[in-house]
Amino acid sequence: MTHVSLTDLSKSFPGTAKPALDRLSLDIPSGALTALLGPSGCGKTTTMKMIAGLLKPTSGDVTFDGRSILRDKPEHRGVVMVFQNYLLFPYMSVADNVGFGLKMRGVPGPEIEARVAGMLALVKLPDLGRRRPSELSGGQQQRVALARALIVRPKVLLLDEPLSNLDAHLRYEMRDLIRGVQRELGITTIFVTHDQEEAVVLADRIALILEGRLRQYAPADVFYKCPADEAVARFFGGQNFVPGRSEAGVFTSALGRLALPEGARPGPGKLTFRPENVKIGAGGENAISATLVERIYLGTQTRLRLQVGDTAIEAIANPDAVEGLVAGQTVPITLPRNSLWVLG
Amino acid sequence: MEHETLLLRRFRVLTGALLIVWLVLPLVPLAIWSFARGWYFPDILPKGWTLKAWAYALSDTSGVLDSLGLTLWIAFVATALSILIGVPAGRALGLYRFRGKQMVELIILAPVIVPGIAVVLGIHSVFIRLGLTNTVFGVILVHLIPTLPYMVLVMSGIFSNYDPAFEAQARSLGAGPVQTFRYVTLPAILPGIIVGGLFAFLVSWSQYIMTLTIGGGRVVTLPLLLFNFAASGRNDITGAIGMIYILPGVLILLVTARHLSGRSGAVGGFGRV
Repeated sequence: MTHVSLTDLSKSFPGTAKPALDRLSLDIPSGALTALLGPSGCGKTTTMKMIAGLLKPTSGDVTFDGRSILRDKPEHRGVVMVFQNYLLFPYMSVADNVGFGLKMRGVPGPEIEARVAGMLALVKLPDLGRRRPSELSGGQQQRVALARALIVRPKVLLLDEPLSNLDAHLRYEMRDLIRGVQRELGITTIFVTHDQEEAVVLADRIALILEGRLRQYAPADVFYKCPADEAVARFFGGQNFVPGRSEAGVFTSALGRLALPEGARPGPGKLTFRPENVKIGAGGENAISATLVERIYLGTQTRLRLQVGDTAIEAIANPDAVEGLVAGQTVPITLPRNSLWVLG
Repeated sequence: MEHETLLLRRFRVLTGALLIVWLVLPLVPLAIWSFARGWYFPDILPKGWTLKAWAYALSDTSGVLDSLGLTLWIAFVATALSILIGVPAGRALGLYRFRGKQMVELIILAPVIVPGIAVVLGIHSVFIRLGLTNTVFGVILVHLIPTLPYMVLVMSGIFSNYDPAFEAQARSLGAGPVQTFRYVTLPAILPGIIVGGLFAFLVSWSQYIMTLTIGGGRVVTLPLLLFNFAASGRNDITGAIGMIYILPGVLILLVTARHLSGRSGAVGGFGRV
């Protein structure tokens, strides 16, 4: 159980004007499963490599339980990184791969054998020890890579895009495995991903990094309900942004006067609400009348493009509920008070 | 399909046989000479057989054994130095992009393109000033000129197929720099070191002009000795020394033939995985 803390961590590469990572501060509680989320090139892999000791920060600090680890060599940090392409040593058997870290620590052969067998059972690959990595499927290779990392009982486990190379049904299997093993062993785990769905599905908390800067650090649902700014909301699929003014619990804009939840930010700002929270049909508070521009059927859901005056609104609805609607017709919609959020 | 593969196999056997004839046939007279007692035109075979040439070649007075030891020593040290220089150089050329890389590649290749005698004449005057002429060390140094290009070329090929992230992974799993080299880097590049090293060894083994010029006749390696006997018309002794001289090449050919062809080939690395 290790508490990881990043303080003003920055990295600039020579020859580039903008820093790859700009003063990232992050507090990761021990035993937590945290995602570093951001588009490719946002500095998240750079952050991982600095924690692992594979890259030196330009400035800032990384501490484990309050102690700076920047001077420790990578092999002495107690951090294991699992790379996106697994990097199983090709000329070693699966068992030798898993036992690699123990061998490097001088653990005697019989003990290695026993612990490798236990670890392969934990990742549900008990009979594959003698195979070569090239004989395994992608999902199996990833589980071997995970076993190889976990066997040394790292203080901190780093995973690089752990689900992105897997197809849909394997993703959920792997997600359950990672979460289960992580809970069981209580290892502080940080993973990076560019895929917000992957972050939401796997992490306790998400740190969203855009253009080298931390934008928001919170549990997954907060990113949907209370995004920090428009860029954060857009990264999580937000599409409705209406400029206006918030005053005394009422938002005045091109949509008219809408009642806000308690504690909404006062002053000029942008109103945002999730497309899936737009209710089709009139019903009490915050009801407005919109014109349907386009209806896009997506199988499990239907997307509606609506227009109120000059303001475009995106809505997601159950396909059955909006089956009869045609473009050009007037549709009554409701924006539930608790789904509204005012951005500064 | 089956018919095709059969044809292909026959073709391969045929070309293999031709290659062996091409390589071995010129050596046959040499072997005969070394055992011949009187072999004159137009006889197809000698009048009789004797081991006298071999006895002389292997005796102390001929200096063949001393020369053999010296040649082996020079080739071993030149090979070892080639590996020590060629592995890091090949890594830099194979893994990284940097300014002037093509220039560096050209300069490394240059000794293979430029005639050895042109190179060695220039080096000679420098070595005289440095006091390196007439010494074994000077000869070893000058042998590096033709051996290094092979080593560097083979290693840069190996490293261009190699993913250094494996080393980061090993470090992250708790391996120190030495362990990482031993358990991760070395197994991946070993085929290249072996092939490049054998090339370097054979190239050093067969140097004549460079050894003669820099060694100044004091460092008598096997090819120099061989040439002396050939020039003096002792065909029988020349044959015996010649047989000794080609031994390493034949041995290396036999050992590597399996590894050079076939899939596990030396020009690989992690790239194929």
